[in-house]
Formats: sequence, C-alpha cells, structure tokens
Amino acid sequence: MRLQAAAVKLGYGERTVVDGLDLVVEPGTVTAIIGPNGCGKSTLLRALGRLLKPRGGEVLLDGKRIDRIPTREVAKVLGLLPQAPTAPEGLTVADLVVRGRHPHQTWYRQWSSDDEAAVSEALAMTGLADLAERPLDELSGGQRQRAWISMALAQGTDLLLLDEPTTFLDLAHQVEVLELVRRLHQAADRTIVMVLHDLNLAARYADRLVAMREGRVIIAGAPHEVLTEELLREVFELDAKVITDPVAGTPLVIPIGPHR
Amino acid sequence: MTTVLALRVAGLSWRVRPRAAAVTLGGLLLLGVLMALNMRIGDIQMSLAEVARATFDTASAGHFVIMDLRLPRALTGALVGAALALSGAIIQSIARNPLASPEILGVTTGASVAVVAGVVVSGSAYGGASGLLSTLGIPALALAGGLVGAMIVYTLAWRRGLDGYRLVLVGIGVAAVFTNVKFWLLTIGDVNDTSRAMVWISGSLNGRGWEHVRPVGVALAVLIPLALLGARSLDALRFGDDTITGLGVRMNLSRALLILAAVLLAAVATASAGPIAFVALAAPQIALRLARCAQPPLLSSAVVGALLTTGADLIARTAFSPVELPVGIVTAVLGAPYLIHLIWRART
Amino acid sequence: MGATAVAPRSHTLRHRRLLLLTVLLGAVCVTVVLSVTVGSRPVPPADAWQALTAPAGTESHIIVRSLRVPRTVLGVLAGLALGVAGALMQGHTRNPLADPGLLGVTQGAAFAMVASIILLGAQSLLAYIWFGLAGALIASVGVFALGMVGGRGGPTPVTLALAGTAVSAFLYALTSAIVLLDEQAMDVFRFWQAGSIAARGPDVVWQVLPFVVAGLVLAMVNAPGLNALSLGEDVARGLGQRIGLTRGVGVAAVTLLTGAAVAACGSLAFVGLIVPHLARSLSGTDHRWLLPYSGLIGVALLLLADVIGRVVAPPGELEVGVVLALLGAPFFVALVRRRKPVRL
Repeated sequence: MRLQAAAVKLGYGERTVVDGLDLVVEPGTVTAIIGPNGCGKSTLLRALGRLLKPRGGEVLLDGKRIDRIPTREVAKVLGLLPQAPTAPEGLTVADLVVRGRHPHQTWYRQWSSDDEAAVSEALAMTGLADLAERPLDELSGGQRQRAWISMALAQGTDLLLLDEPTTFLDLAHQVEVLELVRRLHQAADRTIVMVLHDLNLAARYADRLVAMREGRVIIAGAPHEVLTEELLREVFELDAKVITDPVAGTPLVIPIGPHR
Repeated sequence: MTTVLALRVAGLSWRVRPRAAAVTLGGLLLLGVLMALNMRIGDIQMSLAEVARATFDTASAGHFVIMDLRLPRALTGALVGAALALSGAIIQSIARNPLASPEILGVTTGASVAVVAGVVVSGSAYGGASGLLSTLGIPALALAGGLVGAMIVYTLAWRRGLDGYRLVLVGIGVAAVFTNVKFWLLTIGDVNDTSRAMVWISGSLNGRGWEHVRPVGVALAVLIPLALLGARSLDALRFGDDTITGLGVRMNLSRALLILAAVLLAAVATASAGPIAFVALAAPQIALRLARCAQPPLLSSAVVGALLTTGADLIARTAFSPVELPVGIVTAVLGAPYLIHLIWRART
Repeated sequence: MGATAVAPRSHTLRHRRLLLLTVLLGAVCVTVVLSVTVGSRPVPPADAWQALTAPAGTESHIIVRSLRVPRTVLGVLAGLALGVAGALMQGHTRNPLADPGLLGVTQGAAFAMVASIILLGAQSLLAYIWFGLAGALIASVGVFALGMVGGRGGPTPVTLALAGTAVSAFLYALTSAIVLLDEQAMDVFRFWQAGSIAARGPDVVWQVLPFVVAGLVLAMVNAPGLNALSLGEDVARGLGQRIGLTRGVGVAAVTLLTGAAVAACGSLAFVGLIVPHLARSLSGTDHRWLLPYSGLIGVALLLLADVIGRVVAPPGELEVGVVLALLGAPFFVALVRRRKPVRL
C-alpha cells in the first residue's frame, strides 16, 4: 500500500472536479484510469503526483501525507509524466534523460556513477541508445514519447504516473509505448498508474482498471470485471458489445452506438 | 469562455464576438466623451455646451478655435493611438509574444534616430530654421527613418521566408543599434537641443493640426480593412507553422502583408506624434483581457489605443497646468497600472 | 550495449564544452590585457605588469593603477553580471525578448537616481550608485510581489514579464518627466543612459563587488533548477523541484546582478539581451554551461567595446554602450541569419 487517495476533493478555481474520492493503488500492478472526457481522470492523477493540492482529504505515500514529505524525497520514489510535455528546441534525447536524475543530484554531486548507470539503463530499456544524440524534435511521435518515459525511468522510481502516454500517437506507436510500459512493469516490478483513453488497450495492458464518471470511481477491478456492457452504458453512455479479445484474451469493446 | 455569434445578411456572413464588440462600442462612446472634454481645454476654457455649439455653428465665436486647433489635435491623438495599438496587435499575434511591439520592427527606433540626428545636427546652430524643421522636417524625417528602419529589419530577417522567431531576434539586434546611436547622439548634443529632442522622443500632441490628421486617417482607412481581412489568417498564425499550412493559409504572403500594414501604421503614427510609448504594447494586452480573447482583437485594440492616448493627453494638459507634459509620458502612467490591475484580477 | 554507447559520448561532449570554456577564458584574458594597455596613452604590457607588481610612481604606472585597472575590473564585473543575468531572465520567462532589466531593475535604478538628484540634491557618483541600487532592488521586489499576489505556486512567466514591462514603462515615464523639467537631472541621465565604465574609481568597484558575487553564487545554484523548469512546470515538480523557490532565487540573482551593473555603469541592459543568444548557440540549453558562457562572452564583448571606444574617436571617447551595440548587434544579426536560432 504505497500510494492512496483518501476522500480527496479536487478542483480548479471555483470548480470542483472530484469530491470525496477513495483509491488505493495496488503495489506492483499496472493500473489504468478510464472514463469519459472531463470525468476528472487527469485531475486525480495530478493529485496522486502532488501536482495538485487536494481541497479536502489527503493523498498518502507510504502512509504519510504526500504534501508533508519534501518534494525531492517524493521525486526519488515517484516519477510522473504529464500529458504532452514540451522540451526546449534542440534538446537531445540524452540531455533529456540526464535531467531525470535531477532529484538525485546536488551542487557538489552532479554526475555520479549511479547517475551514469541509471541513464544508460533507461536509454537501453527504451531502445533509444542509438538515438541518444538526436534532438528530440527530429524524432517520431512514438520515439519522442519513449524519450520522455526514459527520462521518468532514469529518475529510478518504483512508482510511475503517466498521463495519457499515447495521445497523438497512431495505433502502432500506441502499442509500442504500451509494450514499453509492460516491460518496465515486468522488469523491476514497478507500480504504474496511467490515464488511458482507449478501452481495449487499457484492458490489454493493465492489471487493474479504475472507471470514473463525474469525479467518482464507479468500479475498480480486473479488466473483465470492469469492462461489462452495463458499465459501458452507465459510465460512457455507450451501447456496446463486449467480446473476448481473440489475441490477448482480455475484454474487447465493440461499440454499437450511443445510448439514448 | 468566449462565445461567437454568427451575423448573416443576404448571403454574407461574419463571426462576431459579443464581448469584443461590446468593448469596441463602449470604448468608442467613452472616446467621444474624452475627446469632447479634451476640446474644452485651451487658452479659452469652454464648457461642453460651448464646445458643441462651436463645432456645429459656423458663425459662433469659437468655431475657428475648435475646428482649426482643438479638433485636429484631439483627432490626431485618437488616430495615432489607434494606429499604434493596431500595429502592436498585429505584431504580437505574428510573433506570438506579448512583449512584441513596433519597436522590434525597427519603425519607432528608426524614426527616433532620424529625428534626434536632425535636431542635434541642425539644432541650435540654425536657431531660426528650427521652426521650419519642427513643422515640416520632423514628420518627414521620422517617416523616412521609420520606413528605412523597418526595411533593414525586414531584409535581414527574410531568409527563404519569414520566421517569426528570427524576426524577433533580428529586431532586437537592430533596435539595439538604433537605440544606442540615439543615446549617443543625445550625449553629444547641446543640453537644450537634447531636451527638445526628448520631448519629441517621448511623443507629443502639442500643436498638431489637420496636416497631422490626414496621413494617419488615410492610413487607418486603408489599413484597418486590410488588417481585418488578414485577421482570419492571424487566427491561424497563432498556431505553429505546420498547423498553419495545414489550415490552408498562404503563410508567407499573409504574414508579409500584415507586417507591412503594421509597419505603415506605426511609421505614419510616429511621424505625426512621435513614438508615443507603451500604447502599442499595452493596448492589445488590455483589449484581449477585456474581451477575454486568446489573442489581441484588432478593432478593440485600436479603440483601447485611441482611448489610452486621448485620456493621457487630457491628463498631460491638466495635471501640471499650465506646464504641458508630453503625452507619451502619461500613456505609461495611465496604462501601466491598469494593465497590472487586469493581470492581477485574472489571477485571483 | 547501452552503457557503452552513452558513456564515451557524454565524455566527448564534456571535453568539447570544457574546451570552449577555455577558449572563452582566453578571450577574456586577451581583452583584459588590451583594456589595461590600450588608451589615449598606450602602456606597453611589460610596463603595465611592472605597475602592478612594483609600482615606481611614474605617470604610466599611476594611469594603470588608478584608472585602467578599476575600469577593467568594473568591466569584468558588469559583463559577467549582465551576461549571466540575461541568460537567467530568458530562461525563467522562456522569452527571447526578455532582458535582465525586464523586472523593472533598470528603470528602477534610473528613476531612483534622477529622483535623488531633484529631491535630495544628490551630487556624487557614489551617491547615485547607492540610490540606483536601492531603486533597482525595490522595483524588482515590487514586480515579483505583484506577480505573486493571488497566484498559486508563484507567478507565471507571462504575468511576470508583462508586470515587469508595465512597471518599467511607468518608471521610465516618471523619469522622463523629471528630466524634462530639470536640466541637471537631464545631464546626468543622458550619460547614464548611454552607459560607461570610465572614470569610476576603485571605491565604485568595492561598492558593487559584494552584490555581483552574491548574484553569481545564486545564479549557479539556480542553474539545475532552471534546467528542470525548462521541461515545463509539471515535469519540474515531478522531478522534485520547488517552483516558487526556484523562481525566487532566479529573480533575486537577476536583481542583484543587474542592479549592481546598471547602477554603476548605466543602461547596458541590452548586453544581457544579446549575449545569452550568442552563448546559447555554443552551449545549447543546459544552463549549467549557458550561464558561464554567457558571463564570459559578456565580459569579452564589453571590454572589447570599451577598448575600441577609447581609440576610434580621439581625443574623446565613445561610450561603451554605443560601441557595444554597433559592434555586437551586427554580429548577432549575422549569426541569427546564418543558422537556425536555438530557441528557448
């Protein structure tokens, strides 16, 4: 039980997006948060990553309130990647990944052998070692996203929060990125929480799905428990047929049309 | 949230933003009031009723004073403010940078160098000629200086097309040269000439007549419709170059034309009243906050610019009466706190 | 395979960067020597060295010790300060138009100076500098406070830049009004505006030294945080960076550096506008290298411009700011034209 939200209330300005939400992130699992646009998925993820301070309730990391832990200490155990991050033009892949070591560096220890090893491993793991020299803006969308994940990886954390890591990618690149997420999970038993749009990919790559609607968790559990025809109607207002994915054996959503 | 209304008349259709329209119309009303107040002031103080009578009754005693002295001055102020603000709005949209102003196009700095050089070189040596210089010579010098400055920036920044970022950087470089040449000219001149030059550099509406109204009026009459036509592509220019091409805007052509419009507006305005500070930068930023748009709305910016200049002129003439401050000093004193207030309000 | 692929690469890059740093240091040394020896009365390097190590009281020794050395040291301090402050400012605002005076520092200094002349009758250079420093600090703190109010997690770059520009314009307007009404203030102001490092004694150097040193230390502390910030605020916070603190330290460094430089040498702020763009084309976007490069290029350019200003218009001198613009800006424009600019 490393990361958990207890009765959190979240919002921006005068708008409350999430009210009284509880969520426990099971250690060593890949969790995907799903739900219609504007349901508060990304808001929840931002709160879990201490980017957004709860108005009420609390986010706990290892049993302590995350906003009471020095942010640098949090950064050593929890890495996160916002949606569509931007880098200065001309920044190379290696430069970006090196910056993932930021929380481990001090002014007197700027480049230790640990840093070197972590960066090399992150580049190798994401298959970017040969592209390390290339400026980020010359890469394809999938490669660029892998570079950002590589940066989060170099941070060397057990927990990774990814906000829609597949936005703007074509299907092949979406699969490429999610395969990488799966490898990261399997290689070091990392706990990964991500916001995903595509239900079928979420079912295939996550151990656990959390379905949200209007700021509340409707159901959380294994993909075949969550992705049912009733739930799709309730959460997405979508008439759909759920069959078994002939390749992965996970649930597969076939939309019929909008529910009236 | 900005709402957009569709206005359709007999097969023609426009998109109208109600908030921007309200800012424009309300601004115009306020502008009328301020201009009337402004025309009360002079050697003979008039009441508003007297101003109105003198304007429309050709036989009245004040008719000459209003029509030949006060109205042209008030009009110059409003038109110059509108032209500068419109120029700023265009440049800020193209550079996608709220800090951009005609200064980075070399217009105002070029004009300043030309005028300061004119004043310092001819200056006190030809005491008698300075009257002629100030009525005829200075606007011509300023116009030439502004256009040459813009041409230099434009030529240097053009490289197989016009890149907004490169334009900004080249503009910084050229402005640095002009500004420092101006500073240097100010140090070599006689201190009296320097003060005279400072008044012009600050921007002043003192003694402006119909000959100052006409060029700015014509420029606005031609360039406002042109800029509004270009506004459609400005909306697209806000996005990156890839998106723009995708939207089917002929990027370089429309960008080049819009920049040309911005240059002409700023050059003509500067020639008439000097480089009135801050209007071009602040008016678009104020307008976009009032109209709640993502980028400067052109018409509202022009109206806010006219308001800012007219209001500043009113204060410049009354605050330390009988001493009259250059209007360019007051625009910042008036506009800066208001802009800060708007920024501040948006954050709470 | 990854481990072997990365390691040698980062080492060659490091070597290249160190080499560049050495080259820049060399350039600074050359300009320092030029600055001590060249002038309306040239002093051979050997003689100048003797003046420093074993002064004999000859005329050239006195010139070197009391005029050339303070002038050179002040040039070094101002060049470092403005180069580093400019790079910091552009990094924090992510705006290529940001100059180190953006937060009202330059105009704060100018206003305090002319105000001290007409209100308090200040007369001496040292007094002007103290007032200038105070004005710079107050203006900058005011702008930062304005940006802070009502904001969660500190001011955003855009509001900070706009608030700074507005306050600067406001102060500049007040300054213009004063100098138009008061001729003595006008006279001081026009020379301050042109910028100069000449005719300032050792006491001025001692006066600004602590501010520059403190500013440089803060700047170097700020560099890694600024690197994280350049990836966006969310990523930076994810990396454990405290945004408000990073911005605060950055603003403090910019204020100290710019305030000291403009109070002592006048309005040279555009050094800090142009130099970081030059440095960025050499260093890329890593601020740990960009800041030192920017500082050293600032020194070399400033001293070179000062030396040229001494010899081009005998018997007089051309103000360093003027030469710098005439010399540096065309070079800068050529560079911008020739290659794709490194964007912020």
